[in-house]
Amino acid sequence: MENLKENHETSPKETDILDARLQRRAFLQYAGAGAAVVALVAAGCKKDRSPSMSFGATLDFKDDFGVLNYAYALEQLEAAFYIKVASNPPSSFTTAQKNYFQDVQFHEIAHREFFKNVLGTAAIGSLDVDFSSINFSDGASVLAAAKTFEDLGVAAYNGAGVRLKTDAYLVAAGQIVSVEARHAAWVRDQISNGSFADLTTLTSLGANAAGGLDGALTPDKVLAAASVYIKTKINVINL
Amino acid sequence: MNILSILDEIEKVDGEIYERINPRRKAMQDFFQIGKKISLAAMPLALGSLFTKAYGQATPTAVNEVLNFALTLEYLEYHFYNHALVATPTLVPAGAPNGAITTIRNHEKAHVDLLKGALGSAARTELVYDNFDFTAGGTFGAVYSDYVTFLKVATAFEDTGVRAYKGQAPVLKGNAVLTTALQIHSVEARHASHLRQMLAANGATGLKPWISLGAGGVSNDTGIAAVDPVYARENTTLQAGIEITAINGTGVTRTAAAESFDEFLTKAEVVTIANLFLKPGFRL
Repeated sequence: MENLKENHETSPKETDILDARLQRRAFLQYAGAGAAVVALVAAGCKKDRSPSMSFGATLDFKDDFGVLNYAYALEQLEAAFYIKVASNPPSSFTTAQKNYFQDVQFHEIAHREFFKNVLGTAAIGSLDVDFSSINFSDGASVLAAAKTFEDLGVAAYNGAGVRLKTDAYLVAAGQIVSVEARHAAWVRDQISNGSFADLTTLTSLGANAAGGLDGALTPDKVLAAASVYIKTKINVINL
Repeated sequence: MNILSILDEIEKVDGEIYERINPRRKAMQDFFQIGKKISLAAMPLALGSLFTKAYGQATPTAVNEVLNFALTLEYLEYHFYNHALVATPTLVPAGAPNGAITTIRNHEKAHVDLLKGALGSAARTELVYDNFDFTAGGTFGAVYSDYVTFLKVATAFEDTGVRAYKGQAPVLKGNAVLTTALQIHSVEARHASHLRQMLAANGATGLKPWISLGAGGVSNDTGIAAVDPVYARENTTLQAGIEITAINGTGVTRTAAAESFDEFLTKAEVVTIANLFLKPGFRL
């Protein structure tokens, strides 16, 4: 593994924190077979691969990096959606709606890049998205999709928090999920004022209306729900 | 904060501190590596986790303390809204506003019941409306006669609730209770988002559903000086040691960077805020 490290060109920023863990991680994946081939090929050609990972992406939930990569994948999806909306919003959008979609776009970009930097060399590649089910010129279609993304995002973070072992990452995830919930409430109010926290409509995401509890879903369920929007094959191991 | 010197001090009275933390010193390495990446504000939390490793896992007592702390806040929120709806029925306009406050009141009641049930015999003494002073000693004297004042206090309560749960998350780490707490936490965030819109529609023009950067870069974006402690550090743009403004060459402005992460409040900070609204004899 030492040779791998030396051959693997890394910037000073990438080396200090994540490197030791990455080697161990790569070794375990190699030893564990399964996704090993994909992982090693992906690692080996990291520097010259195209931005889109045609090999797929592996989320290994054996440690916090798996959870962080999972969040990184979801934030990539959300950012891609909002960038598309903000660059050419539906004509029915009010100025306030256009402005807030701009805001949300930058929040999601901030989240995406935050996870990318936290993960460093352990980060999965860029995902290919599939938004063919969304009509970007239709305000109702865009709002409905935004609601889906935000409610699902909230349920994803709520369900994944318990997997995190590092306080700093748990706090960071908590700092992000409440912003996603603020987005969700605002988008819902754009569709129907007063529906900001209609938990009875969120039971399929794990909400409990009687307990006043929002959604919470395990990663496999979230990824299944999100798969319609993601072209890249996502492999999940050690869940 | 110089953590090395703190550990040195402990070593003087407990020579085995490093061994206690982890015989292989791996935890120490992990800790210092993580330390490079987390913000100074999060340091006390990380330090707490290091000592937890040394002196034993978080006990159920600590979990109960967090749940009772949350229960106090839920009592506060529930009675605040319930009194408005029951005792001052004309305060909140009929229709959408009344519907929203009713929805929020019902959620707070559900949270009270849920936490009481989870705590069982360990639950704190019940708090009733008379135990509170929602004028905060006269600061918000018109809270039950002026709708806008009521919305201001409501917004401050919800934003406080969001930040309070976040601050306690590390105590519940890895515990199934954490998931429940997070499910409450995001509902509070939904409430905060809606109340901010209600306040924006009633004079606070431009107030966003998410906590933004205050005028001139201050942490409080509401312009209500009396609630400054609720928004302490909300202008932070450094997260886990990573500067979010213009991160990786993106167009993320300082304002967007501050908005994109809600900050947490420490327990002591939340207690200070809550005590403003609790009568003497019932304060935390």
